[in-house]
Amino acid sequence: MIRRVRIKDHWGERRVFTIRSIVAGVVVAVLLLTVATRLFYLQVVRYAYYSDLSQGNRVRVEPIPPARGLILDRRGVILADNMPAYQLEVERDQVGSLRQLRASLARLARLGLLDPEDLPRIEQTVLSHRPYESVPIKLALTDQEMAVFALHRFEFNGIDVHTRLSRNYPFGPLTAQAIGYVGAIGPRDLAHIDPTLYAGTTLIGKLGIERTYESTLHGKPGFREVLVNAAGRPVTREGPYRPKLKTQRPVAGSDLVLSLDMRVQRVAQEALQGLRGAVVAIDPRTGDVIALASSPSFDPNEFARGLTFKEYRALLDDPSKPMLNRALQGAYPPGSTAKPYYALAALHYGVVTPDEPIFCPGYFHLPGSSHLYHCWKHGGHGEISMRRAIAQSCDVYFYNVANRLGIDRMHHFLSEFGFGKRTGIDIPGELPGLMPSPEWKRHAFKNPADEVWFPGETLIVGIGQGYMLATPLQLAHAVATIAARGRSFVPRLVIGIRPPGARHMIPLPPIPGPTVRGITPAQWEVVYEGMEDATKPGGTAWRIGMNAPYQIAAKTGTAQVFSLRKNERYNEKTINADLRDNALFISFAPADDPKLAVAVMVENATGEGGQVAAPIARKVFDAYLLPPPSAPSPATAAPAAPAARAPTAARGEPRPRQGTTGTR
Amino acid sequence: MILDELSASRTRRTLSAGTRALRALRLDGPLTGVLALILSIGVLVVYSASGQNVRMVERQIGNIVVAVTALVVLARFSTPQYLRLFAPLAYALGVLLLIVVDVTGHIGKGAQRWLDLGFMRFQPSEIMKLAVPMICAWYMHERPLPPTFKDLVVMAVFIAIPTALVVAQPDLGTALLIAASGLIVMLLAGLPVSIILLSIPVLVLGAWGGWHFVHAYQRERILTFLNPESDRLGAGYHIIQSQIAIGSGGVFGKGYMHGSQSQLDFLPESSTDFIFSVIGEEFGLLGQLLVLGLYAFVIGRSLYLAMQGQDTFARLTGGAIALSFFVYVFVNAGMVSGIVPVVGVPLPLVSYGGTSMVTILAGFGILMSLHSHRKLVGS
Repeated sequence: MIRRVRIKDHWGERRVFTIRSIVAGVVVAVLLLTVATRLFYLQVVRYAYYSDLSQGNRVRVEPIPPARGLILDRRGVILADNMPAYQLEVERDQVGSLRQLRASLARLARLGLLDPEDLPRIEQTVLSHRPYESVPIKLALTDQEMAVFALHRFEFNGIDVHTRLSRNYPFGPLTAQAIGYVGAIGPRDLAHIDPTLYAGTTLIGKLGIERTYESTLHGKPGFREVLVNAAGRPVTREGPYRPKLKTQRPVAGSDLVLSLDMRVQRVAQEALQGLRGAVVAIDPRTGDVIALASSPSFDPNEFARGLTFKEYRALLDDPSKPMLNRALQGAYPPGSTAKPYYALAALHYGVVTPDEPIFCPGYFHLPGSSHLYHCWKHGGHGEISMRRAIAQSCDVYFYNVANRLGIDRMHHFLSEFGFGKRTGIDIPGELPGLMPSPEWKRHAFKNPADEVWFPGETLIVGIGQGYMLATPLQLAHAVATIAARGRSFVPRLVIGIRPPGARHMIPLPPIPGPTVRGITPAQWEVVYEGMEDATKPGGTAWRIGMNAPYQIAAKTGTAQVFSLRKNERYNEKTINADLRDNALFISFAPADDPKLAVAVMVENATGEGGQVAAPIARKVFDAYLLPPPSAPSPATAAPAAPAARAPTAARGEPRPRQGTTGTR
Repeated sequence: MILDELSASRTRRTLSAGTRALRALRLDGPLTGVLALILSIGVLVVYSASGQNVRMVERQIGNIVVAVTALVVLARFSTPQYLRLFAPLAYALGVLLLIVVDVTGHIGKGAQRWLDLGFMRFQPSEIMKLAVPMICAWYMHERPLPPTFKDLVVMAVFIAIPTALVVAQPDLGTALLIAASGLIVMLLAGLPVSIILLSIPVLVLGAWGGWHFVHAYQRERILTFLNPESDRLGAGYHIIQSQIAIGSGGVFGKGYMHGSQSQLDFLPESSTDFIFSVIGEEFGLLGQLLVLGLYAFVIGRSLYLAMQGQDTFARLTGGAIALSFFVYVFVNAGMVSGIVPVVGVPLPLVSYGGTSMVTILAGFGILMSLHSHRKLVGS
C-alpha cells in the first residue's frame, strides 16, 4: 500500500479558494437579485394593494354625534333642548389593570361621585368597550361634584371630565308624560337601531315623543378621520408626518313642534298636584293634544343625567307609580261619563225619544229578578227625561236605556267613539281600554261559568261600570268627537317638523279618524243641552259653570273601584283611601263653537267628579280660552302660525355651535 | 516591509491626507468608505424609525464609535500571527461563557442570552460569530487543502459545540448564523462537491427531525412564515405589517419621516429588526436597491481582499467574514420582505443596537488587518 503524503500546494490552494470565492460571489449575486425581485414585486407589482392597506391602517374614522332636534310647544316654547354637560369618563388602558380600575372606581365612590351599589354595573359597562374608548361613568356632574373631582384629579389616571351634549327639559316633570325622556342606550335599544347611526351617541329616546320620533330627532352623525397608531389611539404627537384627514359634519336632527300649549299644560299638571290622576285636553277641530298631564310625574332630566340604580328602583317602587302615564296607560271605569254616548245610542236606535219621561224611584230591577240596581240619588229622580237625566246623571234612566239597547248595540255604538280601541296617539304605551261584549266575554275567561253574559252586566256597563274600561285619553278623544258632532281626528302631539337648517316648520295635516254617522242635528242638540245643563244650577257640575264667560258642556262621573255588596252603600269615610271612587269629568267648551275638549280623571278622590275633577277642567279651559294677562288670546290666533315663527327665534345662533362643541 | 515602504514612498506625492491616514491605520479605502456610508444611512433611518428619538440616535452614534474603534484597533495593531494565536483562545473563552450563560439561564428559568458584567451587558454568542470561522481557519492553516474527512469531522465538532450551546439558550437565529459562518469556511476550504450534494437530502431529513426538537414559538414562526394571513394580529402581524410598509413605499417611497407604518407604530421593531422595511417605506424601491447595492459592494470588496490573502488562515477567515456578512444581509432583507422566516437578525450596520455592530466591524477590522499586513514573499 502506498501511502501518499500530502504536502501543501500553495498555488493549488489559492486557486481552489479563488474558484470557490467566485462561485460564492455568484451565489451571493443571485440571492441578492432574488431579494431585489421580491422588493420589485411588493413595491411595483402590488403597490396599489399595499398602499390601500397602509391607508386603512393609519386612519380611523371617528363619529361625530349629531345634535338632537329640539322639541317646542305650539307657540315655540322650548320643551326639550341640548345643553353641554360635564361628564366623568374613563379610558381603561390609561387606568391600567382591572385591579387599578376597581380601585379607582371605589375611590370615586368614597368621594361620593359614584353610588357604591352601581360599581359592578359601571365596571361591566367600562369592560364592554374597547380599552382606548372613553366611557361615560357619570353623566351630569354638578358644580360641587366638579369641584370635588378637580381637587382629587391627580389621583385618577385615565379618568377625566369631558363636555358632552346632554338633553335638557326646562319644564321637567310638567312635560314628562308627553315628551318622555332620553336615557343611555341599552341592550334592548341596540336590537332595533342601526349602530352606525348611533356611533358616538350615548342617549336615545326611551319614552313618549322622544321615543316615537327618535329617528326624526336623532339626525345623522358625521365623522372625522383620526390619525391613529397601531394601538388604535389618536396620535397627538406633533411629528413631521401629517396627512390630510377628511371631516364630515353631522346633520342635526329635525325639530318637532308639538300640539301642546305649555301654558295649558302647566295649568293641567299643576292642578293635579298632590293627586293621582290625568288630564287630557284635545282640540276637537284637529285632534291636537293641547295638554296631556299625568300625576304624579317624574323629572325626565334625571334620566338624561343618568339615574343610579337606587334612584331608578325607588321610582319604580313608588306606590303612587310616577312612571305610569295615567293619561294613556291607566284604564279606568268611565262611570257616568259614558252616559252621553248611551243617550246618543238610544236616540240613534230610537229606543227612547228625547222627551219621554222615565220614572226613577231610586232603584231599578230587571223583570223577574229581585236584584236591585241603585241610583246614586237615594230617593230617586222621579219623572225624568233625557236632558235632565244627563245633567243630573240619573242611573235608573240609563239602566232603562241599557236594558232597551242591549249589550250588542251598546258595544257597537260606543266602539264608534273609540271605546275599547287605541286612539293611535303618536306616543307609545297606550292601552286600548275595554268595551265589553258577550263575544269578548266568551274569549276572556277560562272558567266556562264566567263566559256567559248576564243581563245584569248590560245594566252595569250602561252606567260605565263593570268590565268597561277607558283611558283618560280615550275619554277626551270621545268627548272631542261629540264636540265635533261625530267627526274625529287621531289625537296627535306632533303638529310640525322643522328640518335642520330650514327656516320654517313643515306643518303636518290633522289625521282624520272614523266619523260617527246617522245622528241628526236635533239628536246632537239633545245631548249638548243635557251636557250644558250639567254645568248650570241643578246640574252635577254646577259649580264650575258659575261666572264662566263661556258655556261648558260636560258630564261628571264617579266610578267605583270595587264592587259594593248587595244593597251596601258607599261611604267614603269608612273606606280605605285606595279603594275610594275615582272622580271623572268630560267636557268641551265653548259649547256653541267647541275649541277644546277636556277629560279629567282623579284616582280615589275625596269627592265626586263634579267636586274634584270639574274644577281642574275649568282651570284648563280658562288657560286656553281666556286671554292670558297682557297677551292676545291664543284661541283666536291660528295655532300653527306662531309655532312656525317661534322655533327660529328660540333656536337662535348657539345651535350649530352645540353641534360641534358637544362632540369629542 | 521594504517593498511596502518603497511603494508607499513611490506614490506619496500623489496621495491626499485622507488616503495617507487610511494607509497609516492599515484600512482599505473603498471598503472603509462604503461602510461609513452605510453607517451614516443607518443613523438617519434610526432617527426616523425611532420616531425622531434623539437619545436613541445619540446612543447609536456611541455604538458606532465603539465599533469603529474596535475596527481600527484590530486593523492597525493586530497582525495575522496574533490573530492566529488569538483564535483558539477566543473560541475557548466563548465556549466557556456560553456554558455560564446556559447554566445561569437554566437557574433563572427562561431565555438567557446576556451576560451582565455590571458596566455592560454582553452576548457571548456574538464572539462565536467570529471565533468559529477563525478556529476552523486556524485548524486548516497548517493542513493541506482540500480538507480530509477527519479535518471535516474536527471542524464539524468545532462548529457543533457553540451552535448547540446557543440553541439551548434558546436562540435559533444566532445558532444558525454561527453554524453558517463555520460551514462557509468548510465550503471555501474545498469541501468536496460530492459531500455538498449529499448533504442536501441529509439537511431535508434533519429539518424534518429538527421540527420535533424546536420550541413551539419557533415552529409557529415557520408556520406563519408559510402562511402569514392565517394569524393577522398574532404571529403573522410582523410579516404583514412589514410587507405593507415595503409595498406601500412604491418606487420612490413616502419620503423621509413620512412612512405611516413606521411613524404610527404599525411596524413592530422598526428601529431594529425591521428597519429595512422603514427604508422601503420612506425611500421606496430605489432606496432599498441603493442599500442592497452598497452591501453588494462590501461583500464583493471583502471577497476580493480575502482572495488576496497570503495564507490559508487569512483567506478562509476573510472569506468567512465576507460571506457571513452576506448571510446577515440576506436573512434580514429576506425576512422583512417575506422570503425567509422571521428570525431575529438585525440589518447589519443599520439596525439600532451595539452588539452586532461591534462584531461586524471587528470582523472587517480583522479582514483589513489580514490584508494590510501581507508580507511580500516569493513572487
